[in-house]
Amino acid sequence: MPILSKEQAETLLKKVLHYSTADECQVSLYGSDAGNIRYARNAASTSGGVSLTQLAVSSTFGKRNGIATINEYDDASLEKVVRRAEELAKLAPENPEYISILGPQEYADSVTFVPATAAVDPKYRADAVQQSLQISKDNKLTTAGFLENSTGFNALMNSKGLFAYNAATNINFNVTMRTADGQGSGYATKGYNDASKLDVAAVSRYAASKATSAANAKAIEPGKYTVILEPAAGIVLLENLYFGLDARQADEGRSFLSKTGGKTRLGEKLVDERVNIYSDPHYPELPTATWSDDGRPLEKTTWIENGVVKNLAYSRYWAEKQKVKAVPQGNGFIMDGGTASLEELIKDTEKGILVTRLWYIRPVDPQTLLYTGLTRDGTFYIENGEIKYPVKNLRFNESPVIMLNNLEALGKPERTVSGETNMHAIVPPLKLREFTFTSLSDAI
Amino acid sequence: MKRKDFLQWSAMGLGAFMLPNIPAFGRSIDPLEALHEGIDVKLKKELSDVALNAAKAKGATYADVRIGRYLNQFVLTRETRVQNVANTESYGVGIRVIANGSWGFAATNKVTKEDIARTAERAVAVAKANSRVPADPVQLAPQKGYGEVTWKTPIEQSAFAVPVRDKVDLLLKVNSIALQGGANFVNSGIFASNEQKYFASTDGSYIDQDIHRIYPQFNVTKIDKASGKFETRASFSSPMGMGYEYLTPTPESKVSGLVTRYKDRYDILEDVKNATADVTQKMTAKSVEPGKYDLLLDPSHLWLTIHESVAHPTELDRVLGYEANYAGTSFLTLDKWRSGNFQFGSKLVNIVADKAQPHSLGAVGYDDEGVAPKKWELIKDGVLVNYQAIRDQAHIIGLKESQGCCYAQSWSDVQFQRMPNVSLQPGKDTLSVDDMIKNIKKGIYIMGNGSFSIDQQRYNFQFGGQTFYEISEGKVVGMLKDVAYQANTREFWNSCTAIADKRDYRLGGAFNDGKGQPSQSNAVSHGSSTARFDGVNVINTARKIG
Repeated sequence: MPILSKEQAETLLKKVLHYSTADECQVSLYGSDAGNIRYARNAASTSGGVSLTQLAVSSTFGKRNGIATINEYDDASLEKVVRRAEELAKLAPENPEYISILGPQEYADSVTFVPATAAVDPKYRADAVQQSLQISKDNKLTTAGFLENSTGFNALMNSKGLFAYNAATNINFNVTMRTADGQGSGYATKGYNDASKLDVAAVSRYAASKATSAANAKAIEPGKYTVILEPAAGIVLLENLYFGLDARQADEGRSFLSKTGGKTRLGEKLVDERVNIYSDPHYPELPTATWSDDGRPLEKTTWIENGVVKNLAYSRYWAEKQKVKAVPQGNGFIMDGGTASLEELIKDTEKGILVTRLWYIRPVDPQTLLYTGLTRDGTFYIENGEIKYPVKNLRFNESPVIMLNNLEALGKPERTVSGETNMHAIVPPLKLREFTFTSLSDAI
Repeated sequence: MKRKDFLQWSAMGLGAFMLPNIPAFGRSIDPLEALHEGIDVKLKKELSDVALNAAKAKGATYADVRIGRYLNQFVLTRETRVQNVANTESYGVGIRVIANGSWGFAATNKVTKEDIARTAERAVAVAKANSRVPADPVQLAPQKGYGEVTWKTPIEQSAFAVPVRDKVDLLLKVNSIALQGGANFVNSGIFASNEQKYFASTDGSYIDQDIHRIYPQFNVTKIDKASGKFETRASFSSPMGMGYEYLTPTPESKVSGLVTRYKDRYDILEDVKNATADVTQKMTAKSVEPGKYDLLLDPSHLWLTIHESVAHPTELDRVLGYEANYAGTSFLTLDKWRSGNFQFGSKLVNIVADKAQPHSLGAVGYDDEGVAPKKWELIKDGVLVNYQAIRDQAHIIGLKESQGCCYAQSWSDVQFQRMPNVSLQPGKDTLSVDDMIKNIKKGIYIMGNGSFSIDQQRYNFQFGGQTFYEISEGKVVGMLKDVAYQANTREFWNSCTAIADKRDYRLGGAFNDGKGQPSQSNAVSHGSSTARFDGVNVINTARKIG
């Protein structure tokens, strides 16, 4: 412990199920080993490591369900946790939404575990920080950043014969560099399963160049502008569209996908026909687990195709009630794009604003998926195909649905990380017309 | 406030588990097991000494250890059924050390002497690795050890001792009132938390604390199928540092007016009836005309504006740049504080930090680095006079000791500077809300908190609410919808022209004040009386999507 192989996990979970006397029993095992370092004001501030494991047992009699968990693995503890789940199930009220557990499933292998990432240690992290700080020093900047890596596994087994296992590694790095006078700020973020893909120096240099060129920004009038959202800016609005693709909310009439008379927009054109969004556990640049938390196989699922809503995510209960396939939501999404680089998008822009980061995104109106938030850490005015000068930050009030109807062009997609939720996705730079800025901010 | 943690975990490829695995929640347990006393205080002292000695032996010049047992209970219902009843327990040890002048931290959920010693060594190794990055050594403000002491939230009835059945019955009654009133959907829940924390440090403190908090809430939704529109109204309850007694209403805790609001006792059955009527009214409310309005902000709303625009920018770690990469920095820079005359708000504006305020979410006997909490002024007669600082920051603003506002969300997270309760003081002159309404020609009266967003230096914000009433020529003339206001923090607080007196003072608050990487949640309250702000920019948030 904490990281078990597939065979070790299978042996342990079989032992747990052996103690079950319930109608149905499902057990899950989880372990993680994570470390991080945080730095600010050009020095390491906090850092640490956490190792965790947890075994969860879900026992059901009829429609009465109880869950108990434990982090000790001797035989007596394993029996104790099963008995406790069974006692809780007997005491629980009937759950009318309980759905019988799945039988055996076929899962494709995942490629989420990378040994190089699992080998990351405190020295690796401290060295990475030193590298980043050197770039900051060379550019006379003040820097704050965060590097975290994790190795974890999940396993699921049940009394109907289902067994699933996945191991995953992850590394995330993000950094903000500021000019010494506090007049310029630049940000960059990258995250991978494979630590060898992370170039801390390159990410730091990008943040440094943003900080230097963002200094002494000019104020412009709020209003509707053509914008180019870099992937790290676009993801924080797109992820809210993705999370909003929930069938039950739509069917119940309390979603932007709800229509009059209890209908939904499933199957209808919602956004520009160039918009294609899907999830795919085998996408080479964004591999994820091949099964969902309740054991459903995850496969490539198209959510929006040519602007049309092709699928909504269903819980197994809601799918059974609606008599449709229980489509699970994938971890992470991919939005197709074009071949143009960010520079080429800028070159093709007569007047517009380049946005590198959006921040403090909050829902304003769920009926229209309206969100508010602000630009941050590098916002620039574009004129005649060139970046002319940095501009002061702006607050927007915009819906991803309206925004994707005002699509002008898509650039080349890349893997990026949400600064709001840490979600990873493949997102192209987005050029959009009439993006609504409602006020000016003095923040740098 | 921050987004849900589970999004983060699922994105890390760790999404496949049946229960929330974030350590603050931990394992599921029997409701009765929550009532078991934790491990004996004598044993906790022994285990702590193992950690402190192991750290010192490896070269730590300072060490503290937190043995935490964190209990949570969620009872969640929707319409006529129980959605979930969950009791969780998280138990483990976090060890923080200074070695070679740098901080190091490590945590484990194996609470044995061997594992604790190993974890202390790991924390020292992390500190030594960090010390490779050149930096000024950590400078800790002196703190005298308190010896062996205890503290407990003064509750009348532990929420964990109330049978789940009673909570379920109450919540289903709440739902039935909403459904009878014509609601299409209603969610309700009671969340209770109990932090059993033991802190020990090489300064000679051994502190045992038992901290209780509760949050009952609901959300009522009405749908107009013909138009496809829907409206909601959330409860006017507040999360409190109290026991189950918060749910026993008393006449003196009620604030009458357009709709009843509550002080330190909550009438959930009355509020849901009012909410259902409110949501019906919202369906036909007038869409707001954008422009400048005088705003009258109820404490059920104003707490969040205080949280975002006053409590965050006075956090010293933000001012110094420690949060530059995530939560942001602050416009309240040290030069403004040093000038002694930075007019943050109008002369009426007095804002205090108080980590010991009764019934508040932040109330503790000692913070998470063993400092007894204090009460101090942040804004005095409108002028910025102080920040919020902990032991390793105190010297930066010339303090001889910490202000006692260090916190970690669980044993597995490192403690750092978190906001104490930060509250607007009531007006000194006798003034009722009715009198305030009479003086407004064109205004909006806002209750409850809604959408919220603010920039990373805390200049520009936008807030929504739950209910909005139009005030015209000194009278409330009806309900409005699609309302949000945008302002600059300093202009906003300088436009404060009236604050109701102490009779109207109430606490609001949140469990999910977010800061730090990895992000941590802090529970904090903000008190105020109703306050008036003149000439604030209001926008209309209605849009059309196809």
